Amino acid sequence: MTKHRIFLMAAVFLFCIASHAWAAEKTLEKVSFIPQWVPQAQFAGYYMAYEKGIYERYGIDLTIIPGGPEKSPSDLLEKGTADFATLWLTTGIQLRAKGVPVVNIAQMLKRSALMLIAKKSSGIERPEDMNGRKVGLWGPVFQIQPRSFFKKYGLEVREIPQSYSVNLFLRDGVDVASAMWYNEYHTILSSGINSDELTTFFFHEHGLNFPEDGIYVLEETYRRNPELCRSFAKASLEGWQYAFDHPEETIAVVMRNLEREHIPATAVHQKWMLDRMKDLMLPDASSGESPGSLSPEDYYRVAMGLKANGLIDEIPGFTSFYLGGVK
Amino acid sequence: MIHRRGIAFKLIVFILAGVSITFLAIFGYNYLYSRNLIVKYVEENAKNLAGRTVSQIDEVLSSVAKVPQNIAYFLENASYTDEELNNFLRSVVRDNDDIYGATIAFEPYMFGSGRERYAPYFYKDGTGQIQFSDLAEEAYSYLNSDWYQIPRELERSLWSEPYFDEGGGNIVMSTYSVPFYRVEAGKRRLAGIVTADISLSWLQQIVESIKIAKTGYGFVITKNGTFVVHPDKKLVMNETIFCLAEGRNDKGLRELGRDMIHGKSGFVPFRSTVTEKMCWMVYAPSRSSGWSVAVLFPQDELMADVTHMNRTVLIIGIAGILFLFAVIVLIARTITRPLRLLAGAARTIATGDLDGHIPSVTARDEVGELADSLEYMKVSLKKYIEDLTEATAARERIESELQVAHDIQMGILPKVFPAFPDMPEFDLYAMLQPAKEVGGDLYDFFFLDDDHLCFLVGDVSGKGVPASLFMAITKTLIKTKATKGLGPEVILGSVNQDLSMDNPSLMFVTVFLGILNIRTGRLAYCNGGHNPPYIIRAGGALETIETTGGMALGVMEDFSYQSKTVTIRKNDSILLFTDGVTEAMNERHELFSEKRLEEVLITLEEPSVEELIQGILKKVFEYCHDVEQTDDITMLAIRFNG
Repeated sequence: MTKHRIFLMAAVFLFCIASHAWAAEKTLEKVSFIPQWVPQAQFAGYYMAYEKGIYERYGIDLTIIPGGPEKSPSDLLEKGTADFATLWLTTGIQLRAKGVPVVNIAQMLKRSALMLIAKKSSGIERPEDMNGRKVGLWGPVFQIQPRSFFKKYGLEVREIPQSYSVNLFLRDGVDVASAMWYNEYHTILSSGINSDELTTFFFHEHGLNFPEDGIYVLEETYRRNPELCRSFAKASLEGWQYAFDHPEETIAVVMRNLEREHIPATAVHQKWMLDRMKDLMLPDASSGESPGSLSPEDYYRVAMGLKANGLIDEIPGFTSFYLGGVK
Repeated sequence: MIHRRGIAFKLIVFILAGVSITFLAIFGYNYLYSRNLIVKYVEENAKNLAGRTVSQIDEVLSSVAKVPQNIAYFLENASYTDEELNNFLRSVVRDNDDIYGATIAFEPYMFGSGRERYAPYFYKDGTGQIQFSDLAEEAYSYLNSDWYQIPRELERSLWSEPYFDEGGGNIVMSTYSVPFYRVEAGKRRLAGIVTADISLSWLQQIVESIKIAKTGYGFVITKNGTFVVHPDKKLVMNETIFCLAEGRNDKGLRELGRDMIHGKSGFVPFRSTVTEKMCWMVYAPSRSSGWSVAVLFPQDELMADVTHMNRTVLIIGIAGILFLFAVIVLIARTITRPLRLLAGAARTIATGDLDGHIPSVTARDEVGELADSLEYMKVSLKKYIEDLTEATAARERIESELQVAHDIQMGILPKVFPAFPDMPEFDLYAMLQPAKEVGGDLYDFFFLDDDHLCFLVGDVSGKGVPASLFMAITKTLIKTKATKGLGPEVILGSVNQDLSMDNPSLMFVTVFLGILNIRTGRLAYCNGGHNPPYIIRAGGALETIETTGGMALGVMEDFSYQSKTVTIRKNDSILLFTDGVTEAMNERHELFSEKRLEEVLITLEEPSVEELIQGILKKVFEYCHDVEQTDDITMLAIRFNG
């Protein structure tokens, strides 16, 4: 009996050790992430992946640092406060050209949402009609596409600095306004102007597609744990798919997050934003492009645009910049 | 279908339908009229209220707007030092209770002291102390702020979109911006923007104090459609009316919002987004700011009195109709119950039961009259039937007697044919068809001796029993008087004498009497006013036997009759007949006539005597068809075989 018992105890002991070791191997990796801006529907996929435990499933214990006007994701990334960040492709290339060793591990948006909008009542229906008119432009990064656009069509316009609001445009202070399709365009519609009263110029329709949001990490982070980076990208894409499949649940989460940050928001606007993110992320299902990928064409178009506008001196190599390719 | 229903049902359906339609018409008119009255009243009130509210708002806004306008005027027309300017601005903020803060923001290098940007800003802090800050030192350039940029680009003064003031603790503010200019080298150039900030809490107070009935309310939207005042606080400074419309998928609301932000005014039906109740909404723009003020009047609450009245009217109406229903049922029953009983009684009478009880009806109306009539009918019918029974019995008796008389009358006529089977010299056939049981026609034939056959046909004037008696007398007299060796004129003259002698009823009889020598064919005859008979010659030729100018018997006692003779040859036939043949009438009261008789005689070829008579009779009956026989028909035919 005793012999038997000892054997059994030993077996149980061994089993305990084994299972403990296995559990330790599966310990979640603690990482942090910052999106460029407040937790609006532009980042719904990351928040849904977080809410639905998708990151945990990929072995990631994630902390999301809410973005906002006071926080620069590139600074946080550079300082190591955040392991992952979303940045515009232009910002990413600028950082790398400046010597900040960031790498793109997933290009989330395939299409540029930046656009120019004019009221038909101002007589602007074609690019040529903008000649000599007042055009509202945002900061430098947002000026690359409009300026290339003006050059392309040989336009002389009066550039007017544009603030975050679209009131200058609504009051006819400018003839043309810069807008993000998923944001300001809807704000204008929500201010009582009908879409058929507007002329829209989508840059991606004028050969100036500058894909925007992508996920970035420091080169060092990638080198240390490429598997983690791939998991993060995969989990994020899965989160986005969930958000697109469950828009109502997603909007509820987005509204809750915005409320927690005391940011005034409307569900209608967030719904519009989520729908547009889907359009931008999965523009053409038949193209065969895998989600999250960055094509060299898109990369070089953007980089050359930056260089032409004097925002970078050297174009960083594509292969060292883009380490994505989620399979 | 309805004509099969009872009186009660018809009364209920038609009266109630009529009354209901009338009632509904009155009710509908009343409802529409009172409703229109209320709507008119509400519209007038609503427009007044909106107008008052808007002018109240514009009054405040205009008085505040005057301050930066005056400062701009001062800046354009006076010279000042840095310090003077600051003191001036400080006193403006201090001395105007409505003004929360004011700034004079300069265009780059337009302030004298060589500074690129300068924007002194005085404002009241939480304790009411005046504070100063230079907006040029803020991180975000004031040159790109809406309050600066929009009036700059538009070159006109305007109120900004309301905004939440982050410093002064969640109050909604709006800024009035006035551009000011400076003339440099003969050119008018923008020098900067003067502003005054005001809290919009007074606006909220004015609009929130609007209470219409229980749930009516007011709201204000800006030129962008953003809610500034609204009972639903989640909407305020957050959503626009267009977001709300999109969320509710309400195109009408979006159109309404566009009308509002485009400075239109109106009075429209509108479903409240707060209570989801139908309301009337009046809206009007504030001229100075372009914001739109709307007030909602809940329809059901304002219509409560009308609705209440209409409900009462409806209840009274329905109660009235129900009462009417009961009354009609009652009345209908008092009519139909006795009617039904009377109908039953009438049916009993119809079966012949005249002793049945007629239900007594106490009412002295038409139904009562009907009951009386039915009772009277029953009594009359009973009496009539009793009389009829008696009369029928009497007539039956007479009829049976007449039948006997008929039999007797027929009995006195020779009816066995062939009458003389052992006499090959001639064939004879006769018939008498009386119109009634007994008639006034007669015929007879008999031998006076071995060679002489006497035959006759007569027709008594009148019909029936008297005629038949007269006929019997005539026949008996002729039989008695006709003796061997007498000529026809003697026989008839003798009979005439007897008949005329005592004839109080003034009857007469026409007679044709012939005596045929069956050996020679010589026919002696005398015609006493009778239809001339026919001779149908062997070849088919038709002859009328010449009249003897005799008068009907029984008219003139001493009349002297003449006779004539005619020879009958072998295979000739003689036809005697009464006017019952020629005067038989069809439906059109046309007589059969001699003409038709002669046609029949010509048509019949070589007939036997019986065939001849039956043939004529058949034609007469065919001609008369269904018309009742009015006169006795008598025919006698002889065929001489030589």
